[in-house]
Amino acid sequence: MNTEILGIIAMFTITLLLAIPLGQYMAKVYAGERTLFDHVFNPLEKLFFKVSGINSKNEMTWKQHLVALLTINLLWFLMSMLILMNMSWLPLNPDNNPSQSADLAFNTTISFLVNCNLQHYSGETGISYLGQLWLMFLQFVTAGIGMAAAVVIFKAFKEKSTTQLGNFYDYFLKSCTRILLPISLVIAAILLIEGTPMTFNGKDTIVNMQGDTVQVSTGPVAAFVPIKHVGTNGGGFFGANGAHPLENPTYLTNMAEMFAQFIIPMAMVFAFGFFIRRKKFAWMIYSVMTVGFLMLAVPNIIMEMKGNPAISAMGIDNSLGAMEGKETRIGAAASGFWSIVTTVISTGSINSMHDSSMPLSGMNEMLAMMINSFYGGVGAGILNIFIFIILAVFISGLMVGRTPEFMGKKIEAREMKIAMIVALAHPFIILVGTALAAAFPSVGTAAISNPGFHGFSQMLYEYTSSAANNGSGFEGLGDNTPWWNISTGIVLLLGRFIPIIGPVAIAGLLAQKKFIPESAGTLKTDTATFGVMIFAVIAIVAALSFFPALALGPIAEYFSM
Amino acid sequence: MKNTSLFQAKVMNDAVKQSFIKLNPKIMFRNPVMFTVWVGTAVMLFVSFSTLFGATGQGSFGYNFTVFVILFLTLLFANFAEAIAEARGKAQADSLRKTREETPAKLVKSENGVVKSLSEFTSPHNQHLTSYISIIASSQLKKGDIYLCEAGDIIPTDGEIIEGLATIDESAITGESAPVIREAGGDKSSVTGGTKVLSDKIKVVVTTQPGESFLDKMIALVEGASRQKTPNEIALTILLAGFTLVFIIVCVTLKPFADYANTPITIAAFISLFVCLVPTTIGGLLSAIGIAGMDRALRANVITKSGKAVETAGDIDVLLLDKTGTITIGNRKATNFYPVSGIDEKHFIKAVVLSSMADETPEGKSIIELSEKLDVKGEMKKDISHLTTRISPTFVQFTAETRSSGVNYNQTRIRKGASDAIKNLVEKADNIFPKEITDRVVQISSNGGTPLVVSENEIVLGVVELQDIIKPGIHERFDRLRKMGIKTVMVTGDNPLTAKYIAEKAGVDDFIAEAKPEDKMNYIKKEQADGRLVAMMGDGTNDAPALAQADVGVAMNSGTQAAKEAGNMVDLDNDPTKLIEVVEIGKQLLMTRGTLTTFSIANDVAKYFAIIPALFIAAIPALQGLNIMNLHSPESAILSAIIFNAIIIPLLIPLALKGVTYKPIGASALLRRNLFIYGLGGIIVPFIGIKLIDLVVSVFI
Repeated sequence: MNTEILGIIAMFTITLLLAIPLGQYMAKVYAGERTLFDHVFNPLEKLFFKVSGINSKNEMTWKQHLVALLTINLLWFLMSMLILMNMSWLPLNPDNNPSQSADLAFNTTISFLVNCNLQHYSGETGISYLGQLWLMFLQFVTAGIGMAAAVVIFKAFKEKSTTQLGNFYDYFLKSCTRILLPISLVIAAILLIEGTPMTFNGKDTIVNMQGDTVQVSTGPVAAFVPIKHVGTNGGGFFGANGAHPLENPTYLTNMAEMFAQFIIPMAMVFAFGFFIRRKKFAWMIYSVMTVGFLMLAVPNIIMEMKGNPAISAMGIDNSLGAMEGKETRIGAAASGFWSIVTTVISTGSINSMHDSSMPLSGMNEMLAMMINSFYGGVGAGILNIFIFIILAVFISGLMVGRTPEFMGKKIEAREMKIAMIVALAHPFIILVGTALAAAFPSVGTAAISNPGFHGFSQMLYEYTSSAANNGSGFEGLGDNTPWWNISTGIVLLLGRFIPIIGPVAIAGLLAQKKFIPESAGTLKTDTATFGVMIFAVIAIVAALSFFPALALGPIAEYFSM
Repeated sequence: MKNTSLFQAKVMNDAVKQSFIKLNPKIMFRNPVMFTVWVGTAVMLFVSFSTLFGATGQGSFGYNFTVFVILFLTLLFANFAEAIAEARGKAQADSLRKTREETPAKLVKSENGVVKSLSEFTSPHNQHLTSYISIIASSQLKKGDIYLCEAGDIIPTDGEIIEGLATIDESAITGESAPVIREAGGDKSSVTGGTKVLSDKIKVVVTTQPGESFLDKMIALVEGASRQKTPNEIALTILLAGFTLVFIIVCVTLKPFADYANTPITIAAFISLFVCLVPTTIGGLLSAIGIAGMDRALRANVITKSGKAVETAGDIDVLLLDKTGTITIGNRKATNFYPVSGIDEKHFIKAVVLSSMADETPEGKSIIELSEKLDVKGEMKKDISHLTTRISPTFVQFTAETRSSGVNYNQTRIRKGASDAIKNLVEKADNIFPKEITDRVVQISSNGGTPLVVSENEIVLGVVELQDIIKPGIHERFDRLRKMGIKTVMVTGDNPLTAKYIAEKAGVDDFIAEAKPEDKMNYIKKEQADGRLVAMMGDGTNDAPALAQADVGVAMNSGTQAAKEAGNMVDLDNDPTKLIEVVEIGKQLLMTRGTLTTFSIANDVAKYFAIIPALFIAAIPALQGLNIMNLHSPESAILSAIIFNAIIIPLLIPLALKGVTYKPIGASALLRRNLFIYGLGGIIVPFIGIKLIDLVVSVFI
């Protein structure tokens, strides 16, 4: 078999095999059980809590969780605006990069705060090392926020009936220290060995083979890149992101980085199962996600490997696949695979230009973000699929003639209302954002670099990526303008916090309800049948909302090729 | 009340009329999905006339007007679905109302707060007392008034008999022609307005305020006036409203997208796309399904006080059933006579028969029946009648203290009773209570029977075995309930040993033996504390608290007013197994909603493939590739899609009214089945339907 394919299969299998024990470990961490690294982390966390005056044993209701979550985000927002707008005179700026304008700082702050990392600047010229370190801090904590919110849902279904859903700061801190940090350290070690730079010196000067002197940007890249993937953030140290040779120098680092973004979203599903002691349920969700993932990834790999028929028609050898916008050290197959990994999981780091993907590959990349729950971001994936589960439970509950129940809790009008708002928000912000951009050519379409269907795809991709908190770009979009900075900033905020607040609220409301024991009339949610139901709900909701838009973008492009 | 045909001429006429009346936007507004269609239809009317007066770029008048007509039909079909469901109930309500309006009432006037007793009215010497009665319209009766009813009278309003006894024809309400007996005191004292007294006289106190009687409630209910949305219906409406909003967004944002792509889209196409995408099928049928659910309950002769009760019935986890009448046929019957060794069987049977001669209980009667069956030649009967002519027996009635009954004549004392009562009696007289009898008693009890020991002059003669007869087919019904996930609990006054035997034999999951009224209550509370929903059936006043506590309480129509008020359903047939049907009706109701929602949403896939290519093909010929149904032209595609969308509603009305069949095959299997039929079917059917319609439509375009 093709070694490129083998590489992908190996990567996927290794991740799965490691995700199961990691999930078990995470479940233990969140349940406060003894784990391997207790003697390292216990004193460290005690110190944090002592300094901040937080009692980590103090359990919170779902509302208190949300207040804590939003408050801490607001604080980070203000700090971030301050740093990014004053970088030019602050320390750690060897390359003398300028401060960011207010709208760009707003966009950057928001996009890192919401775990998206939609970058409208280029790392080489747009930010100082202090700014990079600050963004790296945000990459850690926002991933922790997403995980903590997901754990609130775990907790809500662990107890029979409760309002006390654990301590937010406890979940948050443990996510950062005990899960994100150790994995990042391992990945960083691999990157360092493979040659990724780690320095606070400014630009390096090299003489290239043509004899020209070239200034090469460096920096603390090996520290930055691991958490960008482990936390499914995706914001590159450099503008070219994972395609940049210093961020992703070899095939091995490419594999390590793919593993890094895959591992926690996968492990999170198993952690859910271990935490509520329903392993079969976790496998059911995992299967739904995997089937969905493969249905997007496999066609992309095939389409990218086949190459562009238009190029073949010109008599040019296309046997390496569609190599426009791809790195030869990574290849068409791995690039096609990565393009779906990074979009189903809300990482958004890229190792090839999605703008150059084949039309239907581009559609799959967008679909991955429109669905946003086949694995999904750290924590966010669980939050997103939770909404689809609630919808599936409701419809299938009615179909078997019983008031719908999930984990022994009745789904009623209030929960449906919240679930519907969350489910609606995603197509709403994507379509309305794109519609506004399309309707006002002076601000919107002026930025696109291709006319016609592809230009439309560029706009649609940008808003989809923002709404899904993904952060990858179709690029080719001149997006550092007030319009794009502010409009995507708003979309990012809505796309982050609605899917956190909604599911946590539903889980909190359900947790308070009386537990109904299972009977033969209860619809079991850990069966293949129910998995099919979830899948159908996801497929129909995404397909129905986005089909017309996709028809005008990638589908039209495909048929006109 | 037992008309089974779905569409009758009168009902149809009413429904058609109502479908137009319901076009009033104020009424339409209650159904968000159909209201958006209403707005779309209004816009199309405007657009088609503007094309008539020279507006360009929107296609021909004929095309636009056709779209308008189809949308208008969609609205009418949806209204018709609701109207026909209501009309079916209304036909029944009208006949009920007629009886009520024309009924005069014989109000009994009180004299210084004292009302004459019934005998004074009956006595021929007191003709002048008729001046104490005034005839008024039944609608004027107030709660607390007392009225008189004689043979041939129609009972003016609900009440409780305070004096007298009468046979009553309740067929107006139950459809059951066999008359029933109602009498003062006890659990069969209530009468219902609209029913007819066949014989005798009764004095009745009015128990309901005017306009709140059973009949009024029933009329309001079947007319749908008092219908409120049930919790699941509300949640589903939210879901559908959500989908509608999604499609509003999809259609509105499509305008700038299309402008960007230089693809002008006509208003007709926009509105057609929108109407096809919003879940009109379920939106149009939703309220019809709800009404039909209550209607099905009514057809099963169960009156529900709210739609919510029917819905809750589908969720029931535990079913409390009285043993007598539900699980077993009526009462216990004598099945065997066991004389003690040394006693002649004939002598024993004779003693038993003598002791039971005055015993009016069903058990006593069954003893006589059994003896006659054994006494083929009729010798014993002759013997006994011979004997009774010579003696003057005194009968000893059963009392709670002696727990035995019997007969005394000459020097003979025959007693029949519970084994320990007779044992007491026998041992007091220094006689031996044979071990053989003790063993027999235990054996009978453990086989679910009731032993009655018979003694003559304090010497044990033998044992009579009484057995419960379990209803044929009840075991299968309980199996069916178990498969639905419902636990059945038998409530009985029997001792635990007997109860256990019958419980096992009938196949119930649990039992409450030696049950007192508060035991039922405690059991219900315990199950509810564990999060289960409990249903029960009851008739007596002492059942009322438990009926109120249960999530679904079904009172028998023959029961007391208190019981009827406490429950949330009334069973007109007084059939205790009715609960099982009620549960299935509840499940059907939810299932019908769920499956039609799935069907409706699944339909959108095909509609997209019809309309999206039609919208863009003119400007982007490449999108012809999406026209997988190979529809004739953009116009024919759009028309076919909306025609399909419209006619699917009336096609599904019978299903909505009858309900999706419930099969107790386990929840997952049921989901698979319904997902296959209504989910996959919902995707495939419109592809075929739209293509077929397009073949026809393309002939005209």
